[in-house]
Amino acid sequence: MSLEVQLGIIVGYLLLALAVGLLAYRLAERTAEDFYLANRSFGTVVLLFTTFATLLSAFTFFAGPNVAYQQGPEWILVMGLMDGIIFAILWYVIGYKQWLLGRAHGYVTLGEMLGDRFGSRYLRGLIAAIGLLWLFPYVMLQQVGAGTALEALTEGALPYAAGAGLITAFMILYVVVAGMRGIAWTDTLQGAFMLVATWVATLWLLVAVGGPGVPTAGLAETAPGHLELGSAHYTPQWMLSTAIVIGFGVAMFPQVNQRFFTAGSRTVFKRSFVLWPILCVLLFVPSFLLGAWARGLGVEVPEGGNVLPAVLAEYTPVWFAALVIAGAMAAMMSSSDSMLLSGSSYFTRDLYRPFIDRDLSARREDTIARVGVVVFATAAFVASLYNPATLFELGDAAFSGFAQLALPVMVALYWRGTTRTGITAGIVGSQLFYLSALFTAVVPSTYAGWSAGIVGMCLGLALTVSVSAVTPSATEKRWDRSPLETNRDR
Amino acid sequence: MDWFEQKALPMSSSYHRQMGRIELAVWIVVAIVLSALAIPWFLWGDSRVFAGLPLWLWWHVGWMFLASVVFYLFATRGWGIGIDPPAEGGESR
Repeated sequence: MSLEVQLGIIVGYLLLALAVGLLAYRLAERTAEDFYLANRSFGTVVLLFTTFATLLSAFTFFAGPNVAYQQGPEWILVMGLMDGIIFAILWYVIGYKQWLLGRAHGYVTLGEMLGDRFGSRYLRGLIAAIGLLWLFPYVMLQQVGAGTALEALTEGALPYAAGAGLITAFMILYVVVAGMRGIAWTDTLQGAFMLVATWVATLWLLVAVGGPGVPTAGLAETAPGHLELGSAHYTPQWMLSTAIVIGFGVAMFPQVNQRFFTAGSRTVFKRSFVLWPILCVLLFVPSFLLGAWARGLGVEVPEGGNVLPAVLAEYTPVWFAALVIAGAMAAMMSSSDSMLLSGSSYFTRDLYRPFIDRDLSARREDTIARVGVVVFATAAFVASLYNPATLFELGDAAFSGFAQLALPVMVALYWRGTTRTGITAGIVGSQLFYLSALFTAVVPSTYAGWSAGIVGMCLGLALTVSVSAVTPSATEKRWDRSPLETNRDR
Repeated sequence: MDWFEQKALPMSSSYHRQMGRIELAVWIVVAIVLSALAIPWFLWGDSRVFAGLPLWLWWHVGWMFLASVVFYLFATRGWGIGIDPPAEGGESR
């Protein structure tokens, strides 16, 4: 009985999202700019929720509460600083500037924008390649999360591969059909749903146990250090490194960065900016407290399992727990679908067109973009079947990898003296440094408590500025933009 | 919009440029303070509980609402600073 209820809720939810996608399809034009950016037309609610839902991955519902359960609720502070403040500031500093430039010059991707600025298709290709390098494992991670969650929820009736496969097939279907507009609409639905589900879950728990004082007092007994701000795990250096690196990484994550181009107007940007901190508090506080409180209430988490489903199973009815898991599934899908779309756009726009077929028509680019989605999703699914590492490590590495791009890009956006050689040195140098820190023992991964991610960012900044200062910039000219003209000024 | 429109301003608006720079500096300081105190470092090691939640969590929640108010002020008064060309106030849309 309960299994049928659970599967029914999840399948019903998937079908609802597909219906929204089909609705969006009817409005779409058959061009790449519409497929990727919904013709730069989003309003406040859609832009805010699509970015928000895109930001939230499996992490908010699984890995995050797990950390709060094991180490204490300080994660809320890290997430608040990173997404509510740092990302909001970058929303203006990077996002608003990118939006203006994108609207004036018809840019669709970050690589396209910088390639045009420095007159280099190699720079354009480099940024796309780096984007795909980090994006791919992250998409895979979401599929791993979906497969694991479905397997746990159905107690093995739906094996891992089948669960991950189902989610992948479904995502391909509606990304290919719906494009950015469909994704943004379903994101809005998913974002609102997650927010409501989390709050209802929290209130449900609080009513069941008799108020927040009870689990908090329980936590003070079972794990006294958890209520104290800071610990051996949560050191100031670690909290700051994590918040800064991930905050900057988010702004460079292809699916988030690309959303900077989608706003319909300046007002949309302003309103979303103001609402960021509140939205973050509204979601992160309850979801991570659920994890922390579960510890205080003595909820047992099975080996390799997640705390959120465990605490819901204990205090809420089956249908409600399934609904929240569907919400978590929504979080994963709303991140993955956008990543598929952005990954595909990086490939077609910045690798295929400049290097393989320069005379690509808008109509044909639209087709290749959709094929790209299928290839990318399928490859990530196959990789997810062999996944060796844990959710957290992979996710953390992707954010830090993207964060390495942020400072060189900011320098290029604001300093006229930036040269092609300078930004290339900054990007290549910081990527090599961070990859070495991640995969080799030669480069250490921490520096007096500060992470390699943040050290790499500083290195990228220093390289970009210093190399730009000693190299000439005069001869740079924009590369042939004629294929772009077809998409401009619409 | 050119990549570096701001630099193309006529010299006659030097007074406005000067004011613009001070305003920009003020907003940068505000941004740094907002980031610096989102985590209440002065409550480090504190485990006091108020109304069922750690005191430091209440500070954070309050701070985020304050941040939203500050962002609102920025959006209404300072928006475009450092990015839009100040003379024309940018494209109006």
